[in-house]
Amino acid sequence: MAFQLDSKIPEGPLKDKWTEHLFNMKLVNPANKRKFRIIVIGSGLAGGAAAASLGELGYNVDCFCFQDSSRRAHSIAAQGGINAAKNYPNDGDSVRRLFYDTIKGGDYRSREANVYRLAEVANSIIDQCVAQGVPFAREYGGLLDNRSFGGAQVSRTFYARGQTGQQLLIGAYQSLQRQVAKGSVDMHVRTEMLDLVKVDGHAKGIIVRDLVSGEIRRHAADAVLICSGGYGNVFYLSTNAMGSNVTAAMRAFKRGAGFANPCFTQIHPTCIPVSSEHQSKLTLMSESLRNDGRVWVPKKAGDDRAPRDIPEGERDYYLERRYPSFGNLVPRDVASRAAKERCDAGFGVGSTKLAVYLDFSDAINRLGEDVIRARYGNLFQMYEKITAENPYKTPMRIYPAVHYTMGGLWVDYNLQTTVPGLFALGEANFSDHGANRLGASALMQGLADGYFVAPYTVGNYLAEHGCMNADEKVTTDHAAFDEVEKEVRDRLDRLMAIQGERSVDSFHKELGLIMWDNCGMGRTKEGLQKALKEIPKLREEFWKNVRIPGDATSFNPELEKAARVADFLEFGEIMCHDALDREESCGGHFREEHQTAEGEAMRHDDEFAYAAVWEYMGEGKAPEMSKEILEFENVKLTTRSYK
Amino acid sequence: MKITLHVWRQKDANSQGGMKPYEVDGVSKDMSFLEMLDMLNEQLIVQGKEPIAFDHDCREGICGTCSLMINGVAHGPDGSTTTCQLHMRSFKDGDAIHIEPWRSRAFPVVRDLVVDRSSFDRIIQAGGYISINAGNAQDANNLPIAKHSSDLSMDAAACIGCGACVASCPNGSAMLFVAAKIGHLAHVPQGQPERAKRARNMVAQMDAEGFGACSNHYECEAVCPKDIPVNFISEMNKDFMKASLCGDS
Ligand code: SF4
Ligand code: FES
Repeated sequence: MAFQLDSKIPEGPLKDKWTEHLFNMKLVNPANKRKFRIIVIGSGLAGGAAAASLGELGYNVDCFCFQDSSRRAHSIAAQGGINAAKNYPNDGDSVRRLFYDTIKGGDYRSREANVYRLAEVANSIIDQCVAQGVPFAREYGGLLDNRSFGGAQVSRTFYARGQTGQQLLIGAYQSLQRQVAKGSVDMHVRTEMLDLVKVDGHAKGIIVRDLVSGEIRRHAADAVLICSGGYGNVFYLSTNAMGSNVTAAMRAFKRGAGFANPCFTQIHPTCIPVSSEHQSKLTLMSESLRNDGRVWVPKKAGDDRAPRDIPEGERDYYLERRYPSFGNLVPRDVASRAAKERCDAGFGVGSTKLAVYLDFSDAINRLGEDVIRARYGNLFQMYEKITAENPYKTPMRIYPAVHYTMGGLWVDYNLQTTVPGLFALGEANFSDHGANRLGASALMQGLADGYFVAPYTVGNYLAEHGCMNADEKVTTDHAAFDEVEKEVRDRLDRLMAIQGERSVDSFHKELGLIMWDNCGMGRTKEGLQKALKEIPKLREEFWKNVRIPGDATSFNPELEKAARVADFLEFGEIMCHDALDREESCGGHFREEHQTAEGEAMRHDDEFAYAAVWEYMGEGKAPEMSKEILEFENVKLTTRSYK
Repeated sequence: MKITLHVWRQKDANSQGGMKPYEVDGVSKDMSFLEMLDMLNEQLIVQGKEPIAFDHDCREGICGTCSLMINGVAHGPDGSTTTCQLHMRSFKDGDAIHIEPWRSRAFPVVRDLVVDRSSFDRIIQAGGYISINAGNAQDANNLPIAKHSSDLSMDAAACIGCGACVASCPNGSAMLFVAAKIGHLAHVPQGQPERAKRARNMVAQMDAEGFGACSNHYECEAVCPKDIPVNFISEMNKDFMKASLCGDS
């Protein structure tokens, strides 16, 4: 049973599609909006913005987050900025250029119509955020400042110091809290979605666990929006928050939602390297550092001298050597792979040899320490706090780390998954970044989906399929809720009953290593096949030997983790299937078999210009894949070259 | 390094709690403070004991989830640092470390070191926003804002809502947090129409939540991981006075 994937891309020229679609969509009469209830999972930029906007429109919203406040979702950690083609600097930017850069940056594996709409609504996001009081950086004349980011040739990135994600999230959070005060949004903090309930094929509710009391609860609604972020923590070590997880998306997948391109993960080149086996998380150093820092390793493998003792002639500035025109500013995927290549060849530095230098001495000599401090002071301070090394005096050590996941639940143009009434927004969906996301585009997409896309498209769904008659609505008494709740309870009971010998974390770490070694920066057929053997074994051991202390009927962080890791243990396998199937290299997906003589990624557009959409086939069965062929009518597919 | 911990253990909000000692061996200087607790928890789990519950998420100093009074100091001995950014190199072999939850009437204990800070959300609900719906905005550059004002707004907006200010205040006052939230919106023109009402309602909610009054100890400023300065408190007091005097809605 393959998916019938209808992307519902509106007819007409690219630039008119969204306008036409807005006109053609059905509206819900203002007086009828309060007859509908909408569930939003997650309160980050996508979820927070969607819940607030839907509340403003008059719908009843139930919003859920596992954190202790809706202000803490991991969108908060984004440092760099948010893109929009305002063209304030008058440097030739346009909606079309932002669209083009995003499609190209994604290595031609995203859907044209969605990306164009993203570029189109981005300007409204900036307006909205300023109106909310977001303190973006400004020029002395009082107008908004822009910078160039991630190698873009125009300055289109708006930012609030190094805390852009935080400020945008607080903006959305404030709007959300305003709706909570008005009574249109019920905010359920420390509450986790554990399953999806469908009735007659449509999403009609969820089962949640109250993380404080352990109580299992039912929530019914007319539509469900999954805005629960990405799945980078399948690698255990990543720049994600400790609690970030794939559970909501995985549960949706098991209930019939297609999962697209799970192997597209972004490894960010400038993170602080792993220092010990106790490491719990990796910290990103904003990629803006590459504007002034030079990346190098010693020319001699295993050179143990302190970096300052290695003379200029014995250093290999490998990015400048390999990519003379872009140098240190090559895109993330290219920079990450180049660092791995050097370390694998034995040129890595530091105690683990899994690091390269990011050196500011030239910039400091040229501009002075003060200028560098003004630009990157907070980042240098953060680096010093973690490593106890002073980057003004000695080069930083950096290494790539898992950062963002481009894959996600498959959605059509309306952000609806293959399950009617179930929508996915932000990092949780797959739609806009193809095989590689450009810097400052994640915040843009989360807010675009939440403020300016879902409020209309969800309304359209409700106008077409929603039930307005209170007596006919699905309630939590429906048998479907009994059934799913029982499955949820059984699963938790099973987990609690194991009482084995190993902690949840020990399994998570082991899974992370399998994923990193075989489905990380470089992937091979052998490696992926090996992982596909190892993961089921590990999963089996987990279900026999994990030990979860405490009980299921009160606050129990170990149980929360166990349920999430159990899902990662299934999800990792789907990722490997996808990576194995995609016999090409594109964006963040690098199959070592598919590279040029110079070690660059080789796409195979004739065979792989599609989104791979995976379908759950039942317990113990391999997932099956359907294809959404990507049509490119407005851009020409070229090989990305940064030489 | 070998460290002795004295940790507050409490089953739930209604139970009695108490300090319990733990020995942690094999601590390395490069570990973060929370990784040291992870290591202890790993040992407790394998021994069949209850791990220590503590709040954390981003582990990079921005989400405001982590807490902990470490030897009596909120977020530990290093300045401008959250607990998750603290590393064990700030301690030495043989040290004894006392770890307790945030203490405040308005932050009930959930378990061990985890507290309920939803009172902060309710203060925001009382007015910590600008009333604008999605889609209402004009072009962003139609409203020039002096860089100086915008920078001041950002200084206040950097607050991560952690609650260290409350935990370290002898009166359990939330003034620094509330002042930071009010200051963020008071320094930009978009925040002016509701400025007085905002200050009045947020302060009223703060009182209703059971936070104490401010008597100018300034412990809050000393522990604030984001260095929010106390002058935002005097600004807020002015706004509050004005609102009370004018009866402005
Ligand atoms: S003012 Fe400082 S200490 Fe208080 S909540 Fe904000 S960041 Fe934390
Ligand atoms: S865990 Fe996020 S600030 Fe410490």
